[in-house]
Amino acid sequence: MAATVERVLGKSIKRREDPRFITGKGTYVDDVKLPGTTYAVFVRSPHAHAKIKKIDTAAALKHPGVVAVFTGADMTGVNSLPCGWLLPELKVPPHMPLASDAARYVGDPVAVVIAETQDAAQDAADTVSVTWDVQPAVSATDQATVGSSPQIHAVAPSNVAFKWQIGDAAAVNAAFQGATVVKKRIVNQRLVANPMEPRACLARFDEATGDLTLWVTSQNPHVHRLLMAAFVLGIPEHKVRVIAPDVGGGFGSKIFLYNEETICSWATRKVKRPVKWTSTRREAFQTDAHGRDHVTEAEMGFSREGKIIGLRVKTIANLGAYLSTFAPAVPTYLYATLLNGVYEMPAIHADVTGVFTNTVPVDAYRGAGRPEAAYLLERMVEAGASALKMDVAELRRKNLIPKFANGYQTKVALNYDSGNYEATLDKLLAFMDYRKARADQAAARQQGRLVGIGLSTYIEACSIAPSKVVGSLGAQAGLYESGKVRVHPTGGVTVYTGSHSHGQGHETTFSQLVADELGIPMEQVEIVHGDTGAIPFGMGTYGSRSGSVGGTALLMSLRKIKEKGKKIAAHLLEASPDDMEYANGQFQVKGAPGKAVPFGQVALTAYVPHNYPEGLEPGLEETSFYDPSNFCFPFGAHACVVEVDRDTGHVKVLRYIAVDDVGNVMNPMIVDGMVHGGIAQGVGQALWEGAVYDGGQLVTGSMMDYALPKADMLPSYETDRTVTPTPVNPLGVKGAGETGTIAATPTVVNAVIDALAPLGIDHIETMPLSPERVWNAMQRAKR
Amino acid sequence: MKLPVKTTINGQAHSHEVEPRLLLVHYIRETVGLTGTHVGCDTSQCGACTILMNGQAVKSCTLFAVQADGATMTTIEGLAKNGELHPIQQGFWEKHGLQCGFCTPGMILAAHQMLERYPNPSEEQIRHQLEGNLCRCTGYHNIVKAIQWAAENMAGKK
Repeated sequence: MAATVERVLGKSIKRREDPRFITGKGTYVDDVKLPGTTYAVFVRSPHAHAKIKKIDTAAALKHPGVVAVFTGADMTGVNSLPCGWLLPELKVPPHMPLASDAARYVGDPVAVVIAETQDAAQDAADTVSVTWDVQPAVSATDQATVGSSPQIHAVAPSNVAFKWQIGDAAAVNAAFQGATVVKKRIVNQRLVANPMEPRACLARFDEATGDLTLWVTSQNPHVHRLLMAAFVLGIPEHKVRVIAPDVGGGFGSKIFLYNEETICSWATRKVKRPVKWTSTRREAFQTDAHGRDHVTEAEMGFSREGKIIGLRVKTIANLGAYLSTFAPAVPTYLYATLLNGVYEMPAIHADVTGVFTNTVPVDAYRGAGRPEAAYLLERMVEAGASALKMDVAELRRKNLIPKFANGYQTKVALNYDSGNYEATLDKLLAFMDYRKARADQAAARQQGRLVGIGLSTYIEACSIAPSKVVGSLGAQAGLYESGKVRVHPTGGVTVYTGSHSHGQGHETTFSQLVADELGIPMEQVEIVHGDTGAIPFGMGTYGSRSGSVGGTALLMSLRKIKEKGKKIAAHLLEASPDDMEYANGQFQVKGAPGKAVPFGQVALTAYVPHNYPEGLEPGLEETSFYDPSNFCFPFGAHACVVEVDRDTGHVKVLRYIAVDDVGNVMNPMIVDGMVHGGIAQGVGQALWEGAVYDGGQLVTGSMMDYALPKADMLPSYETDRTVTPTPVNPLGVKGAGETGTIAATPTVVNAVIDALAPLGIDHIETMPLSPERVWNAMQRAKR
Repeated sequence: MKLPVKTTINGQAHSHEVEPRLLLVHYIRETVGLTGTHVGCDTSQCGACTILMNGQAVKSCTLFAVQADGATMTTIEGLAKNGELHPIQQGFWEKHGLQCGFCTPGMILAAHQMLERYPNPSEEQIRHQLEGNLCRCTGYHNIVKAIQWAAENMAGKK
């Protein structure tokens, strides 16, 4: 009888991928070296908007070491980069890999130089002479549609890409009659994702086989392959292999199909040598899809008792110069459908206008739409509390949706899975000792110190996504995930997952899942991801979907393995398969653990089927595709304490406390880590980060100018959890990758406004709340 | 015109002719072939390229290869000895001080110098000393814990 196997799922197991990273043996795209590689350097527009009169590449072609120079005119037969989410009446302008009629943002590529060395390519690129006809440009979100602004695309008059709405306008109008209505203008500024590894690609065309291999920094190699091969280059998918090896962070920015990898994949077929491009950080600022960038007018109505009775939202969302891969989804279905928050909200109406500007395309950045929704709601709730002179915790509590275990229909399309919102708020208030924090704040204020306490609640829709639902809303893809389990004859297991890890630690958590389900040691399990040549068609990692969607696909395959194994074991034991069960790494007759066949013996039998059930296929390998029936909805409540320096406007975060509910947790250490990182990014948006355009020029175009959070700008975080499993998937996991980013921004801003309340300040329109912005607000308040 | 550069990296002697403009980080990554040292920016902000040069933590993107002529260097590949992880490497593993792993080599080598200067650093000191290294994944929380773990374990070994 086998010993009871220790459960590993749900434990803080140290990461299996770490040994290679801490010894410098990871393999990121730029680390891949191929003989004969050439290097690509792009010639980019220095202008925000300019017609291209002429591109003179003669000097570059003569430059020593140059292999080829290409412009858009050379790329015949190549199509526009596609948009993967089509809203009704969406204006879809062409987005050619190399712009040839006009450049529409600073950084728009117009030519590529390919040379024997990086230096030669760079030197030659500097000699490419472009004759520009500079046009007026518009970069500000709220200026895009005004009459005097230049039109960027022929297909989009007034630069409007789409007008979209959701909810019940008449119900909101009715609700607002006689209510206390607070109104705010809220700017959710543009951000740059800035994963530490810049984007890179290496494309190799094999003349002998006609196969193209692309190593690329991708969160979803199959999406890259499908979009690039089938839509842009017209190459059969089966002749293209996309490999995303170790990837150094993504945060959304590595989901999308970009110009550069498309051009390198096209060019390698021309020059018949490998072509490599590695982004500089400055190029990353100019070309990685940006995030957020909303300007919103919001109104929230309250009853005298402090119940929310309606929300009206009018948002302009800046999409940048072209439609990035999933851009239209972000400010619509990933944003406005979340405006119900965790509150009972009788009436909601949201109106969103997506606009083109002469800026880097905007798409999903960690949270993607959901942080914008949470920020808006939590600022409006605070404004309501201020107007009604109610405690912010009490007002929130009064409005929370009561606990439910299986479904809550919101006013904006979504059906929440399970929730216990009051429990997280209660736990948060107890954890931080809210009453004492308020007493400490009062004492600090007595001393003239500007100490503030900020709260927020949030909800996230993740586990993206039910294919039918997203298809009806405009998605041009399904959003299931795949998981293949291959059991080897000697009992080892290789898992091929469509999920992609770029920091999430799937090699550990998925191994835990396999080891737990099969009762075998984790060392017997290998996880393969990121290679379309190895894994089944998969949709990749974003939207906090890997555990819930990828994990469930994997679980389904594991259960199929066990079902087949039962038949083999039953045959060996001369028992009925129906009488078999699987426990502690062996197939056994129910209730008779002594009559058992170990997993390894079943595996061997499957591949050496001498004594084998009649009609059963040999082998032990199963593939599953899991399409979730609904999104999952993690939630939580966060708080922080800040102090504002009266003289400088500098904000110091003194404490940050988070209570999250992400459903069941597969590895607490990893979940906590993601929460920490998410908080840092959310605090970054609140206090320091912001992409700033001036006259179409990106003035925050390097790490010197764009303030990323550093270690000494942040505190250690105090984190806790409640656990409300989701009924949507058998693992009960909801998703944890984005929660911190969603919650932290409103939490910190609310705290700063609370700190400034004694000065009569109740709102600052635009983040980040940099010292300058806070200082100016204080100066204005003095007058 | 190429110039001669002789270096010792992780105990191994190297001799190359390089272009004067070649950055030390590209020399390490491309010429010598040690790709554990990373390039995360072009303005000396991120610290992913941090190595030890003559015992000092330096950003190898901020030196030319020719400036390292005659230098003895340690990169992340050279930190573990005889297959045994350095306590700082171990600390990053134990305390989940990394996620995507890209900033990690630089973080570990910056921590190496930090702990030579401050064998028993406070949290505030650790955070201040990491001023030259950016991480986008961890929010720094577990990096601080990793370095504290290393400090405790290195003290125990002395």
